[in-house]
Amino acid sequence: MNELQELYQQVILDHNKNPRNFGEIHNCNHHAAGHNPLCGDQIEVFLSVEEATGLITDVKFKGAGCAISKASASIMTTLLKGKPIEEAKKLFDSFHEIVTSDPNSETDVMNLGKLAVFCGVREFPARVKCASLAWHTMLNALENPEIVTSNDEEKGNG
Amino acid sequence: MTYSMKNESNILLPDLDIDSIRKDFPILSRLVYNKPLVYLDNAATTQKPQIVIDELVYYYSNVNSNIHRGVHKLSQEATDLYEKARMRVRSFINAKSDKEIIFTRGTTEAINLVAQSFGKISLNEGDEVLISEMEHHSNIVPWQIICQERKANLKVIPMNDDGEIIFEEFLKLLNPKVKIVSIVHISNSLGTINPIKEIIIEAHKQNIPVMIDAAQSVQHVPIDVKELDCDFLAFSGHKIYGPTGIGVLYGKEKYLNAMPPYQGGGDMIKTVSFEKTIYNDLPYKFEAGTPNIAGALGLAKAIEYLTGIGLEKIAAYEEDLLNYATETLSQIEDLRIIGTAKRKASVLAFDLKEIHPHDIGTMLDIDGVAVRTGQHCTEPVMKHYCLPATTRASFSFYNTKEEVNVLAQSIIKVIKMFS
Repeated sequence: MNELQELYQQVILDHNKNPRNFGEIHNCNHHAAGHNPLCGDQIEVFLSVEEATGLITDVKFKGAGCAISKASASIMTTLLKGKPIEEAKKLFDSFHEIVTSDPNSETDVMNLGKLAVFCGVREFPARVKCASLAWHTMLNALENPEIVTSNDEEKGNG
Repeated sequence: MTYSMKNESNILLPDLDIDSIRKDFPILSRLVYNKPLVYLDNAATTQKPQIVIDELVYYYSNVNSNIHRGVHKLSQEATDLYEKARMRVRSFINAKSDKEIIFTRGTTEAINLVAQSFGKISLNEGDEVLISEMEHHSNIVPWQIICQERKANLKVIPMNDDGEIIFEEFLKLLNPKVKIVSIVHISNSLGTINPIKEIIIEAHKQNIPVMIDAAQSVQHVPIDVKELDCDFLAFSGHKIYGPTGIGVLYGKEKYLNAMPPYQGGGDMIKTVSFEKTIYNDLPYKFEAGTPNIAGALGLAKAIEYLTGIGLEKIAAYEEDLLNYATETLSQIEDLRIIGTAKRKASVLAFDLKEIHPHDIGTMLDIDGVAVRTGQHCTEPVMKHYCLPATTRASFSFYNTKEEVNVLAQSIIKVIKMFS
């Protein structure tokens, strides 16, 4: 039961039930759609980026998926708002590290902040894709304004 | 068929010694996350009894050599065992002749073989291939490929919301342009048992051959290809308690003889010169290259094991178990069973409203319960129900009512956690 409690922490269950920043931004300047062909999860990420400063002024997502993918998207949006693009990319790297690192390796949970709730995911390789779909989609939205993401390269199969 | 053996009371239930049967399957005694394994993913693949595992070990330890080739003792023994395996399969489905039994890698390869080979000689521009809405992708995509090649059209028999084929629609779709009907016997994602006998009778009235995808049925109900009068039938070894990588295509000799080879290579030829090659007789014409010899032996052993217990008994036991599981799970609030056909076998798929199947699957796994979650290689079925995915429990005769209870308790836990 310990692994399960770690995977489905209250924070994750809460974000699944009441996702933050759920919806569309109609006049956003960065948008991407992502899907996981194996489980049918679908997500769209919308970002408004101030061109002059590179600050993410608003971010929203919509889509359908499991609790892990929905909570991951929701928490991601809360972390990105107000951050410069460069920091968003660093957060992506940290997140990627958290969900794909060796479960037995030491992790400095204190420095992870809100992302720490995803430490449990790496115990479940089949769920890594669920957790990372929103992040890959966000990165794609920032790099290419209109693109459909399929996170096939991620390890895990579901 | 034995699913008519309704057990109104337990008196009619067959006397299967499930405890002793479970001991035949070594994997069933392992733990998962320190919980006893409750294996309810039998529609994906079945577990293997010790005698099947022993057969593979025996073959590789004592007989291993190539077949139909060497003059040496081992090759002769291997050839004999391989051909005996074919005979075992032939008698299992009551085919007329060993020539009608072709070993393949599995159901998928068997369907591809028929689509490519039969399709090549029978499909022309404007012709039609008829499948159903509940087909596994392996009975959709091979036909799409050949239809595209031959400029033919793929037509789909619709199903109703219980997951049953709409028979009147099937009748309407039959016409002289249809060159083959290829249909699943038991749906892997819904559990529906299709009325294949009636489908075959109606198709034959218009001289249309019928292929049966029996991947989910040979392990649950007795099949007699002569009595059914199907023209092709395919199944996989690993879903009938045998090894992976071996499967069977049954085909009526008249069709197999008329069909060109599917693959070229060794064993499928009589003579080869650079000018002309003469193909081998049936069934070898369709078995190019060294086959999965050990797999065929393992499959034959699995069939021997199943027939030793008796498929009628297995069918009756599994029907009782499915009824119990359906009743038990129906009592869970918010649980909707997907696939409510009047005639069903062994598969119980469900939806828990807001809770995504992947979350359910992970949580059940922690309780030792292995189920399948996702689209089950039947995306059109998911589309019919407007669902991204379902959770599927699929039963075997080694499963018990106690295991169904563990499943139910675990589902209730999931619902509580997400409420």
